[in-house]
Amino acid sequence: MFVSLSSCSRPTENKKGVDGTTIQIKGSDTMVNLGQAWAEEFMRLHPQAFVSVTGGGSGTGIAALISKTCDIAESSRKMKDKEYEEAKANGVEAVEFRVAMDGLAVVVHPQNPINQLTLDQLANIFMGKIKNWKEVGGPNLPIVLLSREVNSGTHVYFKEQVLRRGDSKRKEEFDEGALLMPSSQAIADEIAQNPNAIGYYGMGYSNPTQKLLAIAKDDKSPYYLPMVENVMSGHYDISRPLLMYTNGQPQGDVKEFVDFVLSDAGQAVVRQIDFVPLR
Amino acid sequence: MSLKNFKEALIEKIIFLSGIASIILVILIFIFLAKEGLSLFKSVHLGDFLLGRRWHPISEPPQFGVLPLILGSLFVTLGAAVISVPMGIASAIYIAEVAPPRMKEILKSGIELLAAIPSVVLGFIGMTTLVPFVKHHLNLPTGLTAFSGSVMLAFMAMPTIVSIAEDALTAVPQKYKEAALALGATRWQAIHRVILRAASSGIVAAVMLGIGRVVGETMAVMMITGNAVRMPTSLFQPVRTLTATIAAEMGETVRGSAHYHALFAIGIVLFVITFVINLIADWAVHRKLK
Repeated sequence: MFVSLSSCSRPTENKKGVDGTTIQIKGSDTMVNLGQAWAEEFMRLHPQAFVSVTGGGSGTGIAALISKTCDIAESSRKMKDKEYEEAKANGVEAVEFRVAMDGLAVVVHPQNPINQLTLDQLANIFMGKIKNWKEVGGPNLPIVLLSREVNSGTHVYFKEQVLRRGDSKRKEEFDEGALLMPSSQAIADEIAQNPNAIGYYGMGYSNPTQKLLAIAKDDKSPYYLPMVENVMSGHYDISRPLLMYTNGQPQGDVKEFVDFVLSDAGQAVVRQIDFVPLR
Repeated sequence: MSLKNFKEALIEKIIFLSGIASIILVILIFIFLAKEGLSLFKSVHLGDFLLGRRWHPISEPPQFGVLPLILGSLFVTLGAAVISVPMGIASAIYIAEVAPPRMKEILKSGIELLAAIPSVVLGFIGMTTLVPFVKHHLNLPTGLTAFSGSVMLAFMAMPTIVSIAEDALTAVPQKYKEAALALGATRWQAIHRVILRAASSGIVAAVMLGIGRVVGETMAVMMITGNAVRMPTSLFQPVRTLTATIAAEMGETVRGSAHYHALFAIGIVLFVITFVINLIADWAVHRKLK
């Protein structure tokens, strides 16, 4: 307990070889399974270390890093300028690492006949301008929008990349009727039982009870499914880097962990968990 | 001072401290809430906060309008009250006046058991059974609606309403009922003209405390009301409640940010609502004792 508390508040003071040291990782719900898999593999290779991984959302992890209650924040979005300022004010210097890639899968119920959408159609659906499936060539059914909570990096990324097309000056928001679901799993569960619903989540969450949609830049471009090859090649548009933030350049156990994540062994884990490795 | 007197005085002090501890705690909580929540109004107008229709806490610039959240809580609460109040009072009447002794014992322990179910469990059951049922049978786009939340919350308010209302009914002196029956009233006439009237203040208190429980409930509503932050127009739409907003967004905020203060300001709104409900309950109880 004592060790874990001290490592929590002063992450950079951990030195290698202290038995039972703890690395606290917190943040993105999208990355929590991936973080867990890395942690298990890392602990197998370094039996003296103990890594604990918790979710809560990217914002939660970054807030924890800023208030020095975790060693590594996992985030599926970049830190905002405001967060950098808050970190600085708290004496935390956030250092960013790209640790993997992720495609955001757009999913519908398997009975929904729609197979593909353009980015414009997708944005209009999530802004509430398209309210019925028949407007995009589907059955005459109302569209139910499933989004994530505002503390989710996936929510922020989807808004910035799809609704605002990466232009930070634009002001588009999700339709007010969008349901804010507490987790990616909650979206998957609702999609599985609701033929009206459309949702999005990290592609690692997909399973046969939901249907993945192919996405195109515009109606003249080819459609691509969220698959590892398409994300690595850059063809699939709604993909993003997955990040880790540490307080200052990592040292000791934290450094070893980050090095492991970026190594070939760490990247092999990424592929096993259905995310996209860096190379 | 003799040892005996000293002991007396010490015990008296300890009891006194325990007695006022809850008051002190409430005051401390309120001061903390006010301190954290009122800072919001340095940057946001009270009117924009209470009557604003948009809640975009992480946009630039952020918008903190809680009207949709207040209405969300109101819709869910009213729905739950409409279901749980008649059922709860009817159930209390049955237990207090009609049921044979054996049945009474079974029902009372059943209701205590209902009160003991954690709300997250009820939420989970609601999500997997009630939500698909509502969607399918009411032919709605989604079952995650204020109505589903109301039904689940009605189950949570029931134990409070039943047990307090039943106590109030049992406390009505037996001679009232005997007098009514002796005057030729039927059993039902005696119940609804005499006993219910005599117990009315206790029943109002039961209803208000049950509603208080519903307003403050968080986990179950977050799981089944759908959490869409918009002005609700019907019970059969997804809504977001005040409590779910705090629970869902608290983890994300950085201490001292406007969003953080806004969530505490929501806490003040909730505190005021439950305070008023408790005042009404208290007033109802004391009105009759004069």
